[in-house]
Amino acid sequence: MAEILFFSAVNGITYGMLLFLMASGLTVIFSMMGVLNLAHASFYMLGAFFGFEISRHLGFWPGLVLAPLIVAVIGMGVERYGLRTVHKHGHVAELLFTFGLTFVIQKLVEMVWGKLPVDYLVPPSLDFPAFTIFATEYPAFKLFGLLASIAIFLALMLVIKRTRIGLIVQAALTHPEMVGMLGHNVDRIFMLVFGVGVGLAAVAGVIAGPALVTQSNMAGLLGPILFVVVVVGGLGSLGGAFVASLLIGLVQTFAVAFNISLADVFGPVAADSGLALYLDDIWSVTVAQVAPVLPYLLLVLILIFRPRGLMGNRES
Amino acid sequence: MRKLFATTAVALTVFGAAAVPASADTVKIAFVDPLSGGAASVGQMGLNHLKFIADTVNAAGGVNGDMLEVTGYDNQVNAQTSLVQVQKAIDEGAKIIFQGNGSSVGIAIEEFVTKYNSRNPGAHILYMNYAAVDPAMTNEKCSYWHFAFDANVTIKMEAMTNFIKDQPEVKKVYLIDQDYSFGHAVADTAVSMLKEKRPDIEIVGNEFHPLVKITDFAPYVAKIKASGADTVITGNWGQDFALLIKAAGQAGLDVKWFTYYAGAAGGPTAIKQAGLDGKVFQVNEGIANLNYGPAMETTKAYTERYKDAPTMFPRVFNAMDMMVKAMEEAKSSDPADFAPKLEGMTFQSFSNGGEMFMRADDHQLFQPIIISAIGPVESGQVDEENTGWGWKSVGEIAAKDTIVPTTCDMKRPG
Amino acid sequence: MSDTSDTVVRPAGFPSGAAPGPLRRYGPWIVLALLLLVLPRVFSSGLSISTMCVMGTMIIFALSYNMLLGQSGLLSFGHAVFFGLGGFLTAQMMNMMAGGEGPLPLMVYPLVGGLAGLVFGVIFGAVATRRAGTAFAMITLGIGELVTSSALILRGFFGGETGITVDRTEIHQVFGLSFGPQVQVYYLIAGWCLVSVIAMYAITRTPFGRICNAVRDNPQRVNFVGYNTTVVRFIAFSLAGLFAGIAGGLASINFEIMNSAQMGAAESGSVILMAYIGGVGNFAGPIIGAIVVTYLHLMLSDLSDVWELYFGLLFISMVMYAPNGIAGVIMMQRPLIRRGQLLRVAPYYVLALIPGLVALAGLSMIIEMTHQLSISASEGLGMTMMGIAFNADALLPWLTAVVLLGGGGWLGVRAARLAREAYGAAMVRGRVQ
Repeated sequence: MAEILFFSAVNGITYGMLLFLMASGLTVIFSMMGVLNLAHASFYMLGAFFGFEISRHLGFWPGLVLAPLIVAVIGMGVERYGLRTVHKHGHVAELLFTFGLTFVIQKLVEMVWGKLPVDYLVPPSLDFPAFTIFATEYPAFKLFGLLASIAIFLALMLVIKRTRIGLIVQAALTHPEMVGMLGHNVDRIFMLVFGVGVGLAAVAGVIAGPALVTQSNMAGLLGPILFVVVVVGGLGSLGGAFVASLLIGLVQTFAVAFNISLADVFGPVAADSGLALYLDDIWSVTVAQVAPVLPYLLLVLILIFRPRGLMGNRES
Repeated sequence: MRKLFATTAVALTVFGAAAVPASADTVKIAFVDPLSGGAASVGQMGLNHLKFIADTVNAAGGVNGDMLEVTGYDNQVNAQTSLVQVQKAIDEGAKIIFQGNGSSVGIAIEEFVTKYNSRNPGAHILYMNYAAVDPAMTNEKCSYWHFAFDANVTIKMEAMTNFIKDQPEVKKVYLIDQDYSFGHAVADTAVSMLKEKRPDIEIVGNEFHPLVKITDFAPYVAKIKASGADTVITGNWGQDFALLIKAAGQAGLDVKWFTYYAGAAGGPTAIKQAGLDGKVFQVNEGIANLNYGPAMETTKAYTERYKDAPTMFPRVFNAMDMMVKAMEEAKSSDPADFAPKLEGMTFQSFSNGGEMFMRADDHQLFQPIIISAIGPVESGQVDEENTGWGWKSVGEIAAKDTIVPTTCDMKRPG
Repeated sequence: MSDTSDTVVRPAGFPSGAAPGPLRRYGPWIVLALLLLVLPRVFSSGLSISTMCVMGTMIIFALSYNMLLGQSGLLSFGHAVFFGLGGFLTAQMMNMMAGGEGPLPLMVYPLVGGLAGLVFGVIFGAVATRRAGTAFAMITLGIGELVTSSALILRGFFGGETGITVDRTEIHQVFGLSFGPQVQVYYLIAGWCLVSVIAMYAITRTPFGRICNAVRDNPQRVNFVGYNTTVVRFIAFSLAGLFAGIAGGLASINFEIMNSAQMGAAESGSVILMAYIGGVGNFAGPIIGAIVVTYLHLMLSDLSDVWELYFGLLFISMVMYAPNGIAGVIMMQRPLIRRGQLLRVAPYYVLALIPGLVALAGLSMIIEMTHQLSISASEGLGMTMMGIAFNADALLPWLTAVVLLGGGGWLGVRAARLAREAYGAAMVRGRVQ
C-alpha cells in the first residue's frame, strides 16, 4: 500500500503541475481580456505536435524552445486578426470563436498527423530511471517535467511580482477597467499576454507529449479538465488555479488506487428487487472506475456550496 | 482524394432522385466504414482490400459473368449516421453491406438490415461483418442477414486460454480492461475460462479503467506491480494499449502480456519503445510471417499495388472469397439465393490454409487462430510499423478447438 | 465582466407587424404544414426521406438550443445531454411496452422524451443557472462530460457503447399504422416538428419570452425591475430541455437505436454549429441551420476526407464576419426589398461572390493537397479535383492554388467593400425616396 500511496502522490503532483502550467496562462488571459480561451488545450496540443516534428529533425531540446515560440506567434496572430475582430460582437461571439478554433485546430492536426498517436520519444539524455523505490522505477523524464513546471511557475511569479508588465497584469487581475483607463497600450499587452499564455500551454505540450501521449484527441481529453480547474479555483484567480490544479491532479491519481465500491461498503444489492439490474451498476462501480468523472463532480459540488470557486473573489 | 469534386453535382441531385436501379451486370458492394476524419486510415485500408479483391475477381471474368463494384460510404463511426449511409447505399442499388469498424455501428447495421428486410417484402440486404466482434451480434441479436468473419471475444479467449493452459509458468494473472461492454466481455470470459482450464491460476486483479480517457497509466502499472502478477491479460486497443505498455516499460514492469489488439496501429511501436521483446502476445486470425505460399503471393501482389500501406487483413480475403464462392454455387448474386450457400460453408484459411467453417446456427466463422509474439525479425521477414520488430507464431489453435456455444435462435425468412 | 449583456443578438422573428390579421398570423404555419405534407411526394427516394427525418429532428433540437443561446443569451456546451436522455428514456419505455402491451400508440412516445428532458433540465438547471456567462458555459460543459462518462459506466440502463435498440413496430398500433415504412415515421416527425416549432414560437411571443430577451440584453435592469434573473434562466433552461428531449425521443424512434455518442460533446458542438450558422438572432435561423448543417453533414463526407475542417472554417468565418448567420444575411435584404433597391445591389453581390468562390477553390486545393501529402500519402500522390488530375507534390498546382487564393481573396475583399458601400447607398436612397 505504501508504494501505491507514494507513486500516486508523485504522479498526482506531476500531473497537477502540468495542469497548472496551462491553467496559469488561461487564468491570466481570462483576467485581462475577459474571454475564456476554449482553444487553450488546442495550443497545448499544437505545442506537442510541433515539438514532435522538430524533435524528428533537430532533436528534443530545440523543440522545447522553438515549439512554444512558434505557438506563441500563432497565438498572437489569432488574437490580432481573430479575437480582436470578434470582440465587437460580444463575449458570446468570442467564446464561440475560440470554440470554433478548437475544432479547426483538431481537424488540422488530424489532417497533417492523423488520428493515431505519433512516436514522440523521450530524449536519450533523460531516458533512464531517476530512482527506484519499492522495486518500481520512476522515469527521469517525468521528474524533469515536474522540475520544469516548478521552475516556470517560479519564473512566472517573479515576472508578475517584479516587472512592469507583471504589475499591469496584476492590476488587471483585480481592476481590469482601471488599467485601460490609465492609458496603457491595452491592445499590445493583450496580444503579448495571449501569446505568452498559449506559449506556456505549448511548453506543457512539449513536456507532456513524450511522457504521456501525442495524439489528435489530447486537447479534447485535457480541455474540459482544464476548465474545471479554472472554475473550481475561481475564475481569474491564479492562486485558486494553483490549488485546484494540484487538487484535481491528486484526486484523479489517488482515485485510481482504490477499488472500493458501494457493494464493498454496504454489501451486495438484493438480487430479487426489480431495479437490481440498473442499481447493480451503480452499486458495483469502484472509485477507480469513476476517477475521470470526479473532477466534474467536484465542479458541481463546488458550485453548489461555494459558487465563486475556491479562491474567486468576483462573480463572473 | 477519395472522390472527384465533380461528384458534387451527383450528390446534389441525390435529393429527389429516385432510386437508381443496379444495372444488370454489376454486383454493388457498399463499404460503410470510417472514411473521413482521423480514423479514415483504417477504413481506407479495408476499402483498398475490397477494391484489390474485386479487381482480381473481375479480371478473371467476374462472378457468374457479373462484375463486382465497390463503393465507399463514410460511417463517421456514428451509429445513426451510418444508417443514413446504408440507406444511401441501398438507394444506389447495393445489396451487400461491408462493415467492420465500430461495434456500435455494427449492431446498428445488423438490426437495420434485419428490420429492413422484414419490412420491405422482396428486399434482401446482406451485412458482411469483417471486424465488429461484439458477441451479442452472433448470440442474442443474431440475424440471418448477418455473417461474422472475425473471431469474437469468446472465441479468441477460448484460443488464448487453450494456449495458456500449457504454460506452467503462468501463476498469477492480472486483468486490465476498458470499462465498456467489450472490456467486460474480455474480463468475464477470461475469469470463467481460466477457472475451468487452470484452476490453480490465481487472478490477482480485475481492473476496469475508463475508455480512451486515461493519459497516464503509471498509477495502474503501480497497482499491477504491487499485486505480484506474472501475466497480464488485456483487451485494450489503440491509445489505451499503447499508453499502458509505455507506462509498463517506464516502470520496468516485467510480466507477460496476452492481448487482443497489440498488433493494431500504434501497438508495435509502443512495444518496441518499451523494449518488451517476446513478452507481448496477440491472438488473431493471421500474421505476416507464416510462410504459407498462396498467402505470400497475394500479399506480394497487394503490397506492390498499395506500397505505402502494406498492412494485411486476412479476414477481408476470407470474407470476399467465401462470398464469391457462395455466389458461384448459387449462380446468383442475390443474397436471398447465396446466403443459404454461405451458411455451413467450409473453406481454407487465407493465412495458413487451415480449415475453417461458417456455423449455420449463428453465422459465425470459425477459423484457425494464431498466437504470436513480437520481437526483432531477421531481414526478409515482415516487420511492423518500420520498427524492425515483427510477429512470430508461437502457437496455432485449429478451428475445431475454438468452438464456443451460442444462444442464437436464428429466424430464417419464409 | 464576462457576462453576455453586450451581445448583438436582437429579438426578431417572422411574422412581424403590430396587429397581425388572421391570415398574417396563421398563414405561414398553414403554408409550412402543407409543405411538410407534400415534401415526401416531391423527394420520394429512401435517402431523401431518411434525410428529411433527421432534419425534422434536428430542427426541434436546434430551436430548443436557441431558446438558450439566441433568446436568453446562455451559451451551453452540454445541450445534447437532454437530447440523449430524452432518447434513452423513450427507448427504454418503448422496450418496456414492446409487444403491444402498453395502451399508448407510438405517436405519443416523444412526450416521454420531452418529460425526461424537462425533469433533467430542472435538475441540471438548478445547478447550472445559478451562474451566467462563462461560468455557465463551463458548468454545462462539465455536466455534459459527467453524464456521458456516467452513461458508459451504467451499462444496464444505457447499454454501454453500443447503446440500446428498439423496434418501433412492436408498439401498440392504431389506425393500421405499423410505422415500419420510413414515410410513416416521416409524418410522425413532421407532425411533432410542426407542433414544437409553433410552441417554441409562441413562447417567444409571451411575456416570459420577452423577459428572457431582457435577461440576455441587460440582466441588471431586469433585476431592478423586480424579476429574478436566475429563475428566468432556470425556466428557459428547463423548457429547452423539454424540447431537446422531444427531439431525442424522435431520434430514437427514427433510428431505433440510441447510444451514448448521441449525447456527447460532438453532438453538443454540432447543435451550436446549427444554431449559429443558421442565425441565432432570428427565430427561423436555427431551422435553416439545422437543414443546411444536416445536409452538409450527410453529403459532404462523401466528397472530401477532411470535410469537417471546411465545416470548422465555415463556422469561424461566420462568427467573424456574419454573426447573425444565414438568416441574418437574408434579413439584411428585407429593407432593400421593401425599398425596391435589391436589384441595384444584387450585381455587387455577384461581383463579390465570384472572386470569393475562386479564393475558396484555392483554399480547398491547398487543404486537399496537404491532406494528400500527409495522411493519404499511402494512396500515392496522384489526385483529381474538378476532373483535373495532378500530383500533390508538383509545383504548378501549389502555385495555382496560392494564386487563386491570394488573387481571389484580394479581389473578394475589394468587391465586398464595394458591395457594402452599394448596400449603404441603397439604404440611403430608399430612405430619401
